[in-house]
Amino acid sequence: MHELGIVFHIIRSVEKVAVENGLEKVSAVVLELGEVSGVVPDYLADCWRWAAAKSELASGSELRIETLPAVTRCGGCGADYPTVAHGRTCPRCGSGDTWLLTGNEVNIKEIEAY
Amino acid sequence: MDHVRIIEVKQSVFADNDKRAAQLRQELKGRGVFLLNLMSSPGSGKTTTLRRTAELLKDELKIGVMEADIDSDVDARAMAEAGVKSIQLHTGGMCHLDADMTRQGLDELLAEGGVELAILENVGNLVCPAEFDTGAVKNAAILSVPEGDDKPLKYPLMFQVCDVVLINKMDVAPYFDFDLEKCREYIRMRNPNAKVIPICAKTGEGVEEWAGWLREQIRAWKV
Ligand SMILES: Nc1nc2c(ncn2[C@@H]2O[C@H](COP(=O)(O)OP(=O)(O)OP(=O)(O)O)[C@@H](O)[C@H]2O)c(=O)[nH]1
Ligand SMILES: [Mg+2]
Ligand SMILES: [Zn+2]
Repeated sequence: MHELGIVFHIIRSVEKVAVENGLEKVSAVVLELGEVSGVVPDYLADCWRWAAAKSELASGSELRIETLPAVTRCGGCGADYPTVAHGRTCPRCGSGDTWLLTGNEVNIKEIEAY
Repeated sequence: MDHVRIIEVKQSVFADNDKRAAQLRQELKGRGVFLLNLMSSPGSGKTTTLRRTAELLKDELKIGVMEADIDSDVDARAMAEAGVKSIQLHTGGMCHLDADMTRQGLDELLAEGGVELAILENVGNLVCPAEFDTGAVKNAAILSVPEGDDKPLKYPLMFQVCDVVLINKMDVAPYFDFDLEKCREYIRMRNPNAKVIPICAKTGEGVEEWAGWLREQIRAWKV
């Protein structure tokens, strides 16, 4: 399961940041999730609750998810357009020669600790 | 809770794995081991292709294969039958391998020494393995004809991270409306640098070209 693998990586990164900053307990992790990252926020939250409970540092912590919009650029006419609404075909010129500019991020934005 | 601290991280979840993968790649270079990461959907023909590849290369290169499956060891046994050293990696339900899991597998595979070409048969999946750098020198994907020529559009990341795409099961092309030229074009749109090689692992057609490509990459890596 994809989300579980990602959660393990988040916890590992958080543990590293905690050591570097002398944190004993993390209360929240803020995640930036691109609209087309392929990660399902609800699954991720479920996996988080399960996996975080096993980590002394992160148990009981909250995973807060902020969504980043997906934007695609067209190589045909140079336009930028919202990916979710129009997919891979440029709504301006109909070209299929397009690529994602932003929207596949899975970033740890910040950690709240005390 | 009056002294809550906010630590800004601003880092991709994959960044840590990327670092470990780069380190593994560096170490493998020092040891003279070429690691190939082979990815595809379930059943595209990874194991069949590897058996064919081994037939062509095993007399000139010592090959070791790591079979990553969620469960079972049928692929590892198939490779052993083909006369190739192989081990089974258990992913514990995970849909991909990361750099650390690959390193663990390599520790076992390389323990006896001598392996020059290590091949990782990744978990059958077109999504997750593409996101995790395993430390491989080159990434290969297999797309088989029955899956359809539009897969590079639907799973762009997989085709972006690949150095080579093998189009397998060309023997059944007449029964599917698979357009090879369209497929090449879709791959080129996602990744202009990817090499595309149509093969038929069942008969061995095209495998010669693929083995030649691989031989060339290994030679370039060793200098
Ligand atoms: N017609 C045809 N069948 C093929 C070809 N290559 C593989 N197959 C068949 O496809 C099926 C799956 O092949 P495998 O090599 O086991 O595929 P795989 O990608 O290793 O599968 P998993 O490890 O389960 O993901 C087998 O029945 C093969 O015999 C081919 O070129 N043509
Ligand atoms: Mg297999
Ligand atoms: Zn356009």
